Amino acid sequence: MARAPQTLFEKVWRAHEVSPESAATPAVLYIDLHLIHEVTSPQAFALLRERGLPVRRPERALATMDHSTPTLTAQVFGGAPIAIDSAARQVRTLEANCREFGVELLGLTHAQRGIVHVIGPELGLTQPGKTIVCGDSHTSTHGALGALAFGIGTTEVAHVLATQCLLQRKPGTLAVNVHGRLREGVTAKDLILAIIGRLGIAGGTGHVIEYRGETIRALDMDERLTVCNMSIEAGARAGMIAPDETTFAYLAGRPRAPQGAAFERALDAWRQLPTDAGARFDREVDFDAAAIEPMITYGTNPGMVIPIGGFIPERADDAAFGQALAYMGLTPGAAIKDQPVNVVFVGSCTNARLSDLRSAAAVLRGRHVAPGITMLVVPGSQEVKRQAEAEGLHQVFLDAGAQWRESGCSMCLGMNGDLVGAGQYAISTSNRNFEGRQGKGARTLLASPITAAASAVRGRVTDPRELT
Amino acid sequence: MEPFTTLRSRTVVLPAANIDTDQIIPARFLTTTTRTGLGKNLFADWRYEESGAPRADFALNRPAARACQILVAGRNFGCGSSREHAPWALLDYGLRAVVSTQIADIFRSNALKNALLPVVVDESTSNWLIANPGAEITLDVAAGTLTLPSGVSAQFPLEAFARHCLLHGVDELGYLLTRADEIAAYEARA
Repeated sequence: MARAPQTLFEKVWRAHEVSPESAATPAVLYIDLHLIHEVTSPQAFALLRERGLPVRRPERALATMDHSTPTLTAQVFGGAPIAIDSAARQVRTLEANCREFGVELLGLTHAQRGIVHVIGPELGLTQPGKTIVCGDSHTSTHGALGALAFGIGTTEVAHVLATQCLLQRKPGTLAVNVHGRLREGVTAKDLILAIIGRLGIAGGTGHVIEYRGETIRALDMDERLTVCNMSIEAGARAGMIAPDETTFAYLAGRPRAPQGAAFERALDAWRQLPTDAGARFDREVDFDAAAIEPMITYGTNPGMVIPIGGFIPERADDAAFGQALAYMGLTPGAAIKDQPVNVVFVGSCTNARLSDLRSAAAVLRGRHVAPGITMLVVPGSQEVKRQAEAEGLHQVFLDAGAQWRESGCSMCLGMNGDLVGAGQYAISTSNRNFEGRQGKGARTLLASPITAAASAVRGRVTDPRELT
Repeated sequence: MEPFTTLRSRTVVLPAANIDTDQIIPARFLTTTTRTGLGKNLFADWRYEESGAPRADFALNRPAARACQILVAGRNFGCGSSREHAPWALLDYGLRAVVSTQIADIFRSNALKNALLPVVVDESTSNWLIANPGAEITLDVAAGTLTLPSGVSAQFPLEAFARHCLLHGVDELGYLLTRADEIAAYEARA
């Protein structure tokens, strides 16, 4: 008997059921890859220590440090102390925990260190069909390669360390179908911002999104990573894209991907993963890619987003909306274009891969950041940094008056001291514009790398199509 | 964990929708390596003046709030990051339950791991609670009910295993460890 058609998500889920869920108990779900960083792991290792438990499968874990680490070269490589004592302590704690429990660590000065969601795919550890977790909500990024990847809390980090499993209720499925071609100057960041704008920031709650349709198929891997990265900003548990030739070409030859005959065998398995014809999703939503403009946020969550040529909505009877605009210092009904900015940040697990830096550099080449603007370019990993420098991109940024840093989460959440000042406006390629996210009182406008770069040149919100 | 059966308390209300985990506990307080002591920084950017003095008009700073163990908040509470520091901070402050019309997935999961009860109620119950801060209400985990001072009850959903763990103080890690043979069998066949 032919089996019922299944979605990509269902195939990955079923293959990882140690035991399926019942009315009384959740599924025991096996985790293939556990990524660990310094901020959400110390209390998990402490729990293991309290209970006298070992890490069950240390070879399925990989640790790195990214959130609270400095981006100034002197503090990373030059022997200067990490400026924030508590951050330095977190770094040392992760080093000690990894030594004690036998977990591999790509430490502060390692050539393969970087933002955890950048290095997983880059190393070829992120693979189709895997279950991947990390104590970080942007773990959804890894779904771009057809993995089921989601963020977990610290107690769950301990569960995975001790048992390689999680107790999980099966989420629902949401197909986001995108058709047509993205227009010139419209990027994957604009696409996902438009999707979040329509779904709303809780629209994906309880669901795993599968991004589908010819627009998604036409995206390269960096672009797919950007899209899946922000699935959590729609409230979704995870975001996935079916593996295809783009995925396989991306993985071929990566250091921790299967090699040679093993790669060929893996391909046979990966080709079975895409959603079967006739498989049903719990919900479906359709988008017309050609209708999407460069997008920018104006409020204090990623769903408060408009086309860059648009106007800030007016909602006189919505107190929360009014408070958000008051925080942002923006006026209902006003244009967002030409809003002056103070800081430009190109970085984060959303938009700090090589192609992001290339696109920002293409806008900045031969141009200069406007007077008074601070621009920070923070590569997603040390490998991205090395490749960018090999192409001379760093020189483009430096010549334009931007700062070129070591990799890390940096100004996306300002844990390491890379902060936006109170009341200042930052155009940021990161993923969250929550109040205070980039610093107390900071006002974040989320946009694509080319919108950020164009706005840096003019010192105000600028449609990137005006500078190309 | 201590069993969680019922909770009777007055409420403290934050009516805003979409209260994200960066508001609950800002990132600069996450460079800790323990899970204790976060309560003083709960809602830090809303709660304190630049000088560090408490803002008198912020609900959690009112003297009556100190005895409240139930937070009532607007829709989509706990969205954003996976930081378990958010429920740790709420618990350390003295809260034991959060009531909203929607609670974000990761926050809900983290809350349950720490016996912070996530309570999702219908819009009209929520509207009443938001309009009546300080109301004394009762949460019953076994029945899945929130009872208003009027005696009217609203149901809230609670996944069966989560309910079991709360009622009996079961620790999920302990439970998972009892499944070690099945996990080994899975590893052998995978």
